[in-house]
Amino acid sequence: MSSEPFLRLDNIVKRFGDFTALQGISLDINEGEFLTIVGPSGSGKSTLIRLLVGMEEVSEGSIWLRSERIDETPANKRPTCMVFQSLALFPHMTVGQNIEFPLKIRGESESSRRARALELLELLHLPADYYHKRIRQCSGGEQQRVALARALAFDPEILFFDEPLSALDYRLRKALEKELKDLHHRTGKTFVYITHSLEEAMVMSDRIAIMRKGRFEQIAVADEIYARPISRFVAEFMGEVNLFDVEGTASGGLYGHGVEIHANGEAGAADIALPQGERGILMVRPEFVRFLVSGETADFIVRGILREEYALGSRIQYEVEAASGSRLTIEKLREDRFAGAIGSEVVLGWDVENTHLIREA
Amino acid sequence: MERLDRRLGFFSALPLAMLLAVAFLAPLLVIAVFSVMPQRVFSLFNAPDFSAYRVFFQQGYYGPLAWSLGMALVSTIVLFLISWPLAYGMAKVFGRFTLVLTVAVVMSLFVSENIRLFGWVLTLMKGGLVEGHFRALTGVGFESPLYNVPIIVFGLVYVYFPFMLFPLAQGIAMVPDDARQAAADLGASRWRVLWEIELPLAAPGIVVGCLLSFVLATGALAESKLLGGQSVIVIADEIETAFTYGQNWPLGSALSMVLILIIGALAIVAVTRIDLDTIMGRRR
Repeated sequence: MSSEPFLRLDNIVKRFGDFTALQGISLDINEGEFLTIVGPSGSGKSTLIRLLVGMEEVSEGSIWLRSERIDETPANKRPTCMVFQSLALFPHMTVGQNIEFPLKIRGESESSRRARALELLELLHLPADYYHKRIRQCSGGEQQRVALARALAFDPEILFFDEPLSALDYRLRKALEKELKDLHHRTGKTFVYITHSLEEAMVMSDRIAIMRKGRFEQIAVADEIYARPISRFVAEFMGEVNLFDVEGTASGGLYGHGVEIHANGEAGAADIALPQGERGILMVRPEFVRFLVSGETADFIVRGILREEYALGSRIQYEVEAASGSRLTIEKLREDRFAGAIGSEVVLGWDVENTHLIREA
Repeated sequence: MERLDRRLGFFSALPLAMLLAVAFLAPLLVIAVFSVMPQRVFSLFNAPDFSAYRVFFQQGYYGPLAWSLGMALVSTIVLFLISWPLAYGMAKVFGRFTLVLTVAVVMSLFVSENIRLFGWVLTLMKGGLVEGHFRALTGVGFESPLYNVPIIVFGLVYVYFPFMLFPLAQGIAMVPDDARQAAADLGASRWRVLWEIELPLAAPGIVVGCLLSFVLATGALAESKLLGGQSVIVIADEIETAFTYGQNWPLGSALSMVLILIIGALAIVAVTRIDLDTIMGRRR
C-alpha cells in the first residue's frame, strides 16, 4: 500500500477560454508531507490549489485521493480544506462560531462542538475567552490562528494554504511560519502550501515544487533545489546565483565565456561536462566563491574588479565586475570579511564540487 | 481642526434639517393633533376627545387595516422570493448585463404608477388584450383575473419590485465571495451556505428592501382601486374617503396615525437590528 500515493494529480490541464493556466500538471503527494508550491504570480499555483479543493473544475486530467477519484466531487463533499489568503473568516460569527462551523454543518452536538473549539484554541495558543470574541476584535495574527483552527476543526485529509501569511508583517510572519511547521509535526496532517516567497518555502517544507507558466519546473527537497536547480529559472528564483554560459569542447571539456576552467578531466568533474557543441549554464552560489590570494588556484577562476560591498547583517555581499563585463555576487560571513578596497583588481575562484551544470535546451 | 470640521458639518446640515423639520415633521404633527380632535371639526383649536380612535374600533376599520397589512406582507414575501435570484445574479453573476437590467427596471419608473396599472387593466380585462385575442382565436373566453385579491397582490409586487430588487442586490454584493467558498469548502451544502452565510451577511439589504416594499405596499391605494376594483377596501382607501367624501379629518388623521405607528414601530425594530452603516457605504 505504501507505493500508492496519497494524493495524485494526473496530467491536469485547466483552461480559461483561450488561456491555458495549467498545462499538464502531474504530482504525487505523500501522506503527512509538507509540500510547498512556489512560483511567481501568474504561474498558476492559485488555480491549481482551487482545483484541488474543488472551487474550479479541471479541463483535463484527474485527481486521486487514496486511489479514489475526486476531481468531480464538489468542494463541500471533498475531505480537503483550504486556508484562504484573505482567511475568509465569517464576519457575522464569533471566534467560537467560526471554529465550530464545520462541526455544526456535520450536525455535532453543541457541547462536543464547544469542547473541540476550546481544544483548538489551546492548540493554536489563543486564550479560551477568545471563544466569545468578534472576528473584528482580533488582530491579524489572531485571525490567522482562528482560520487555522477552523480548518483543523474540519479535520481534513489534506490542508491547503493559499499564501495565508502574505498580508502579515515580517516578524509575525516569521513566527507563524515556525508555528505552522510545528503544527504540522503535532497534527501529522498533510499540508500543501502555496507561496511566492522562497524563504517561506525553505523554512517550512519537506519538498518544494517550483511552478512556472502552468508547469512544474522542478520538484525536490529544498537542498536539492538550491544546490542542483534544473533550469536557469529555478536557479535564479532560488536566491542569488552566478551563472555562466558554457559549451562542450572537442576534448570533452568545457569552454566558458568569461570564466577560466581548470577542472577538466579531474575527479568529480564528470558531471560538469557536455558533449561537443552542446550548451549549458554553469552555476555557483555566492557563498562558495573565494577571493584568491596570489599563487592560490581553483577549478574555476574569474578575474575582475571589486565594485560594491553590502552589509547584510551576519553576512557581507560583494559585487565584482568580471573582465568579460558580467557581474558576480560573492557572500562571506562577517568574520571572513574580505579586506580588498573597492575598485581593486581581484581574482575569484571556486571548486568543482560546489559547481552545478544546468543542461538546458 | 476636527472641531472646526464638525462645526462646519453642523452648519451645512442646518438648512436641510430645518427644511425637513418644516416639510416633514410639521404635517405629521398636524395629523397627530387632528387625530385627537372631536369628529368632523376643521380646526385644531378644540378640546381633544379622542373620539376618532373610538370610531376606529367601533366601525371596524381594523378590517381594511388587516387587508392592507396582510396584502403588504404577502407581496413583500413574494417580492423577496422572486427578487433574490435576480438580485443574486445582478450582484454576482451577470457582470455587464446588470447595467442593462438596472436601466430596464429604472425605466419602468419613468411612467406613472397609475398609467402602468391601467395598462394591466386593459391587458387583463374581459375582452382586453389577453382574453379578447384568446376568444377571437379559439372562440372560448375565460373569466378576467381582475377585481380580486390575488391581482391586487400582483399589482403590489409589480409596482414595488425595484424597491426590493436594488437594496437586495446591494446586500448580496456585500457577501464576500471567499466566505461563500470557504463555507462550501468546510462542507456546507448550497442551502447551508445560503442559510448560514449569505442571508445573514446580506441582512442589511434584505431588511431595507423588505421594509421599503412593506411600508409602500401598506400605504398603497391604486392597486386595490384599479386592479382590485375595490373588491377589498384597504386602509389608504378609508383614509382618503374620510378626508374627502366623509369630510371627517379627525377620523382620517386617526386612521393615519394608527398606520404610522405600526409602520414606525416596525421600521425602528428592523433598523436597530442591522448595521445600516454598512449598506450606506460608511467605513468602520
